Amino acid sequence: MSEKKKVEGDLRLDQVSKTFGDFVAVDDLSLVIPKGSFFALLGPSGCGKTTTLRMIAGLEEPSSGKILIGDTDITEAKAHERPVNTVFQNYALFPHLTIFENVAFGLRRRGIKDVNEAVEKVLNLVELAHLKNRKPGQLSGGQQQRIALARAVVNRPALLLLDEPLGALDLKLRRQMQIELKWIQTEVGITFVHVTHDQEEAMTMADTIAVMNNGRIEQMGSPADLYENPRTVFVANFLGQSNFIEGEVEASDGENLVVNLKGSKIALPKSRNNAKSSSLKLGIRPEKFRLHTADEKLTGNFLKGGVITDISFFGVSTQYLVEMPWKQELMVFEQNDGGAPDLEKGDAVTLSWEPQFTFALDGDAK
Amino acid sequence: MKHWLSKNLIRIYAAAAIFYILLPILYTVAFSFNDADKRNIVWQGFTLSAWLNPCAPIGICEALGNSFKVGITATIASTILGTMIAFALGRYSFRGRATTNLLIFLPMATPEVVLGASLLSMFINIQIGAGLVPVIIAHIMFCISFVVVTVKARVASLDPKLEEAARDLYANEWETFRRVTFPLVAPGIAAAALLAFALSFDDFIITNFNSGTLNTFPEYVWTASLRGVPPQANVIGTLMFVIALAIVFAGQVISKRRQTRR
Amino acid sequence: MSIAHTSSSEKVFAPAKKSHRTAYLLLAPGLVWLLIFFAFPLLNLAETSTKTPAPSFETGEFVQTFRFANFIDAFSANQEQFFRSFFYALCATVLALAISYPLAYAIAFRSGVWKNFMLVMVIAPFFTSFLLRTLAWKQILGAEGPVVLVLQFLRILPADATITATAFSVIMGLTYNFLPFMTLPIYASLDRIDYRLLEASGDLYANSATTFRKVTLPLSMPGVVAGTLLTFIPSSGDYINAQLLGSPDNFMIGNVINSRFFRVVDYPTAASLSFILMASILVLVVIYIRRAGTDELV
Repeated sequence: MSEKKKVEGDLRLDQVSKTFGDFVAVDDLSLVIPKGSFFALLGPSGCGKTTTLRMIAGLEEPSSGKILIGDTDITEAKAHERPVNTVFQNYALFPHLTIFENVAFGLRRRGIKDVNEAVEKVLNLVELAHLKNRKPGQLSGGQQQRIALARAVVNRPALLLLDEPLGALDLKLRRQMQIELKWIQTEVGITFVHVTHDQEEAMTMADTIAVMNNGRIEQMGSPADLYENPRTVFVANFLGQSNFIEGEVEASDGENLVVNLKGSKIALPKSRNNAKSSSLKLGIRPEKFRLHTADEKLTGNFLKGGVITDISFFGVSTQYLVEMPWKQELMVFEQNDGGAPDLEKGDAVTLSWEPQFTFALDGDAK
Repeated sequence: MKHWLSKNLIRIYAAAAIFYILLPILYTVAFSFNDADKRNIVWQGFTLSAWLNPCAPIGICEALGNSFKVGITATIASTILGTMIAFALGRYSFRGRATTNLLIFLPMATPEVVLGASLLSMFINIQIGAGLVPVIIAHIMFCISFVVVTVKARVASLDPKLEEAARDLYANEWETFRRVTFPLVAPGIAAAALLAFALSFDDFIITNFNSGTLNTFPEYVWTASLRGVPPQANVIGTLMFVIALAIVFAGQVISKRRQTRR
Repeated sequence: MSIAHTSSSEKVFAPAKKSHRTAYLLLAPGLVWLLIFFAFPLLNLAETSTKTPAPSFETGEFVQTFRFANFIDAFSANQEQFFRSFFYALCATVLALAISYPLAYAIAFRSGVWKNFMLVMVIAPFFTSFLLRTLAWKQILGAEGPVVLVLQFLRILPADATITATAFSVIMGLTYNFLPFMTLPIYASLDRIDYRLLEASGDLYANSATTFRKVTLPLSMPGVVAGTLLTFIPSSGDYINAQLLGSPDNFMIGNVINSRFFRVVDYPTAASLSFILMASILVLVVIYIRRAGTDELV
């Protein structure tokens, strides 16, 4: 397969759908992934992220819609005709070939005769050149994972797809690989599309994240954007944790809205309001709360009348469960830096937080 | 002592069972050295004459040659046909799967008498009768099922992700088959071919029904058993055993090497 | 657009479906061969089974008269051989199971470095001429053979008794012939058992005998079923062992079919007998499989 015109550019999915019989795996998906970025498709099992990836790779045909790289429509192209390579979840290294031959496989299929230099270079990139004559069965999980990556990267594809490649590794190795993958991506400059269900992984590595649920993208943006300002309950709960308290908008006050939150008056910056109606679900992340003893005088946003029902020590932080007068239990994380008061189960507390850390969704949002 | 016995009782038993399995073969090997022309029943003395004159009895080497002719032809044909079916069953979805499975299973479940008789009956009816070609046809028929079962097991254990990886790495359908699928399924196909040859070479009942005046090695032994089997038959039996052992051991060595080649 | 929710979060996506055409092309040659040379001959045999001797009474000449009474005649004339065949086959199967199961168990769990060697020893005889092996047994069990001599010496056997030409030696021959067919499937089943299951059983207070009864044995059932089928079915149709190791008193239905075909040239009877044999086997197999619960035949 010779490359007449180099295919490159942004990856574009235009209203792509995929159905399996009655089941809609991917539902009218449209997105643009800029060239050279590290993009993550995040979501729970069965949300359609792997199907989307496979359609980009050419291993699955879309039921409808178009897939383009730059100006080139690759929807009809077969897998082996696309300048796209995949790092598979279980690596899929060819057991009957040596490491060298595994890495050289794609090059050879494209008719490149002299593969030595390219293969050596990429094996040095993953620091496994000394294993080039072994067979995959003789390598550890982490080594296999790096070879799978090398095998894909050596072809300099327009797009590199990663299907939960770190799933089988232990925690320490996974962290290490996350850093390495990010570094390789910046070194090599290829667009990476990374599919994962691990939100921490996505947030660490990606420039842009798309959160998928039931075949659709719920929200897309930078990690910080998605975390601090989620637009649906699903995104709010999938990335980190959230406390949701119901409230009513009462008045407008310049840049803020005044919200009646179970009897207390709370300031909500208008820019953080994603609700259309006046009945709201107010979201506050646990780490944004501050705990105070019941008799402290406070200004700003605060909620009185809480009682501590549980304390868990996490080393870096302490997690508190606080039962409020309206019988809702709120989660609070306090960093163990001496800033929080010495509290015990049963103590009465007041919760405070900065208004700009609030986000609001529709009262009946799911 | 009692503890040792209970732990190793089953090992002792296994050794005894294996000795029991090998006993007739040891007998066969031993009596290939017997100094007896026809009645090779009682030990009369050690000699190498049977080994030095393996074709002395009339018809024995001709029968052996026929067995090889039939065996090799049937093996090649049934391996090809059976492998194709195994791939279809293991890799594709199609209608009529249940019928196909049944058609493959039934020959293995039918007694050889019935297989042989029905084929002879048909061949007589269409005026072909008995002979080399009917025998080869029959052997191909009953070997296909065994090839399918053997290869299908191997195809089923092949990770489909490997073929996807090949396509992802620019291999088209043919290259994927040639460079990934086939090398990984090859040991199963080899095993199937060996099995087919063994079944064909050793077949008596179906062959007997359809061979007419032609003799294969088992048929030679059968007719000879009435008047006396010459030691040369034991020679051939011994050789078969030794070659079979060699092939099986070689196969194991090869598969070990394939996994850990430096 | 409606979105259907699946109950399990684990979904298996079918590989990109290649055209059915390729599948049919691959299947066609082999299946056609089986249709022509397996299915059709059986139908042909069915047709033959209802024929009667031609009016000319020429040997080998028959006319189709749809005489279904052929089946009844054939069965009643050979009842003894039918029941004897199934009896011998049953004995051989039970004996083979008794001998093979411990052997398979030993190879799977207790063989250590000898595993491959033992497997080879079980398989290799399968590759040598079974006629020669059966004849060797005839010799070993024969009047001048060592077994008889030893038994006579020990006064277990009277002076002029023989072992060959008895039901015992025929059953013994059948058992021996099919040992690999019984041992290997059972071994394969046992080998597949995750040893952690056995550890869990021990952890839950089962001693080794109980573990065997409650865990190992049930998990090895697919192999046992396969092995018994592979032994029983060919045994019931066998005639070699009866001929070589038995006397006419021990003849099985296979012997009768063979002689009806070649010696007496009575094709309709031979065909009828064949079908009755096949039918009975299928009935027994279906009952057995239903009870044992395995339906993966191929």
